Amino acid sequence: METVQFFNLVPWVVFLPLIGLTVNLLVGRKLGEIFAGSFASLATGLAFVVSILLAVSLSSHPEAVTIPLGDWITIGTLTVRWAFRVDTLSVVMMLVVSGVGTLIHIYSIGYMHNDVRHNGDTGRYARFFIFLNLFIAAMMILVSADNFLMMFVGWEGVGLCSYLLIGFWFEKGKNGTGNAEAAKKAFITNRIGDFGLLIAMFLIFVNFGTFQFDEVFKQAGQVAAVKPGVMLLITLFMLLGVTGKSAQLPLYVWLPDAMAGPTPVSALIHAATMVTAGVYLVARSSIFYALVPTAQTVVMWVGAATALFAATIALGQYDIKKVLAYSTISQLGFMVAAVGMGATVAGMFHLVTHAFFKGLLFLAAGSVIQGVERGMHHANHASHDFDPQDMRQMGGLRKQTPLTFRVYLIGALALSGIAPLAGFFSKDEILVSAWQTQPAIFIVLVLAAFLTAFYMGRQLTMVFFGEPRTEAAEKASESPLVVTLPLMILALLSVLGGVLNLPGVHTLETWLSHTLGEGEPGHFVWVVAGISLVLALIGLGLAWMIYSRKTDKAYVDPLKRALGSLFTGMENKWWVDELYAAIILNPYRAFAQFMADPVDLGVIDRIGGGLAAGTRALAESIRKLQNGYIRSYALLMLLGLAAIMTYLFLR
Amino acid sequence: MIPIAYPLVLAVILFCMGIVGFLLRKNAIVIFMCLELMFNAANLVFITFANHYQVIDGQVFVVFVMTVAAAEVAVGLALMVTIFRTKQSIDIDQMNSLKG
Repeated sequence: METVQFFNLVPWVVFLPLIGLTVNLLVGRKLGEIFAGSFASLATGLAFVVSILLAVSLSSHPEAVTIPLGDWITIGTLTVRWAFRVDTLSVVMMLVVSGVGTLIHIYSIGYMHNDVRHNGDTGRYARFFIFLNLFIAAMMILVSADNFLMMFVGWEGVGLCSYLLIGFWFEKGKNGTGNAEAAKKAFITNRIGDFGLLIAMFLIFVNFGTFQFDEVFKQAGQVAAVKPGVMLLITLFMLLGVTGKSAQLPLYVWLPDAMAGPTPVSALIHAATMVTAGVYLVARSSIFYALVPTAQTVVMWVGAATALFAATIALGQYDIKKVLAYSTISQLGFMVAAVGMGATVAGMFHLVTHAFFKGLLFLAAGSVIQGVERGMHHANHASHDFDPQDMRQMGGLRKQTPLTFRVYLIGALALSGIAPLAGFFSKDEILVSAWQTQPAIFIVLVLAAFLTAFYMGRQLTMVFFGEPRTEAAEKASESPLVVTLPLMILALLSVLGGVLNLPGVHTLETWLSHTLGEGEPGHFVWVVAGISLVLALIGLGLAWMIYSRKTDKAYVDPLKRALGSLFTGMENKWWVDELYAAIILNPYRAFAQFMADPVDLGVIDRIGGGLAAGTRALAESIRKLQNGYIRSYALLMLLGLAAIMTYLFLR
Repeated sequence: MIPIAYPLVLAVILFCMGIVGFLLRKNAIVIFMCLELMFNAANLVFITFANHYQVIDGQVFVVFVMTVAAAEVAVGLALMVTIFRTKQSIDIDQMNSLKG
């Protein structure tokens, strides 16, 4: 039986977005917003179609296929191909990236139309879509690479796009440099992580002699038996890369600041796709981690600690996007903990459903923000210090933006893990594997899940319920269809996402087992499901009870009174940024200052300057000889000749 | 036959006059003449020895020296004329543009 195979189409998942960005680069600005936006969406949409065709081909031929495009680097024994690897794992990522990506592109057509006007530069409309397409292309390279080096190209490419898009309004933000600073922070923090990944790659090359996934993983068992220390180093340095890209402790600090980018960027890059690259990396290298239990423990604890830590911070934030950002960090912690426990499929499952509901939440938050912005303009006396993202300035928006409210509710419930929405199944699967193997991790994660439900309840209540607290919120209005349509589709996916890996059916489990190897299918434990569901309901209910009380105009968080200094800590993100500034940044700055002033200016510059001054002084004294009078030259010649002659005669 | 010392002493005297004149005079043409004086002192030494050893090489060489000197005079005088046109003087002490 020979079915039609579409594997040869795989390079197009990269080339289509590249074509999209080239066209927009050349003519996007001239042909206007509708063209730029639709063309970029079309390019990503076609990439999605290609991904579907690949998935269809894989369903009849589940073995991994490698499509080489050409040799890339050939130095001595090192040969790196530019080759695309199509297997069940990479196709899942491709589907998420291009699928959610397409919806976010469509959303951006409407969102950026308002955003460029709100920020006062319509010329940047096409640029936004160029960056988005570039991001899709880089992300596709990342997930479809068949070797570590090519994957690293994508890894850096998405980092670059993240930088460009966080700093999209680079002249805005605090003191006019806030957004640029945020972009810089994201880039530099990621650089620290990339350093770890690079070291891991060097170690892989030295010990395996190749970058190819297949060959490396084939040899992994042997190398682990001979050099367990090397394997530990590889996995731990790789983890450093993961903490950078996937915003885990201790390198998560860039992600909240990354909210400076336009909201579709936060949804696409900083919630749904790029930040999951770290999870993908661990899943891809799960063979490594399975061989090094120590590394698994570290990964697991990093994930679990991040999940809880970020959830507590999310509790004390007032910015609608910051709450979601910390929630993203927390959920990424869940995924990392899952892949650390060896429950790779559960991690990937949560990655997919999280892409749906967190993408939805961010996009809906964008819709809320623009609704409030519109209300702000209607309110006329818009003051400059009004922040349309501050939840304290909202309230009662369910009446003004009914559709956004409904999809937001779905997203929030899915995130909180209410059955039968997508988040319930994926989070439950992670909790079950923790329950079975790591009781300590289970407790931490359940606590984090409870906090998740609580801060989502808090956010829902603050934003959508009660009475409008400002005039802007009162006059807020619903977004146009181009914005709400992707929201509805994502809401549908958030509801139905659980179908992907229903307990007992295990579609995703079977699908991924072709790449990750046969694993024990996750069981459905009623106790765990019950605990997580009850805790989620309690969290939501508690938040509703606390926050739905009527408050005065000067909004004080009700928890502040109850928790006191504990809440101040959450509000101030546990002073982690300040801590980093105190123990790393400031000493480093002082060191740089020391190297610049006493060392560079005092020593190095003086050596250079001294040489120059010495030469000049010497020249100054010698130039007297050059007096321009022929007679003196002649005299010197005569004396010189006489001296030579004398020497010749007398020797 | 005059002793060989006489023409040699004469050559030395001529040469020294050339050097002293070259170093002390200001007028470029006079300096030029001093140069010729030194050439001729050298020529005198050449033919003195040619005559003394009865070989022709020295005399041949004198002819070469005179030819080169003639060519050099042509160039030198041309330079002199140009310098006079620009500076309205051929005082060698005024030509110190190369002073460092």
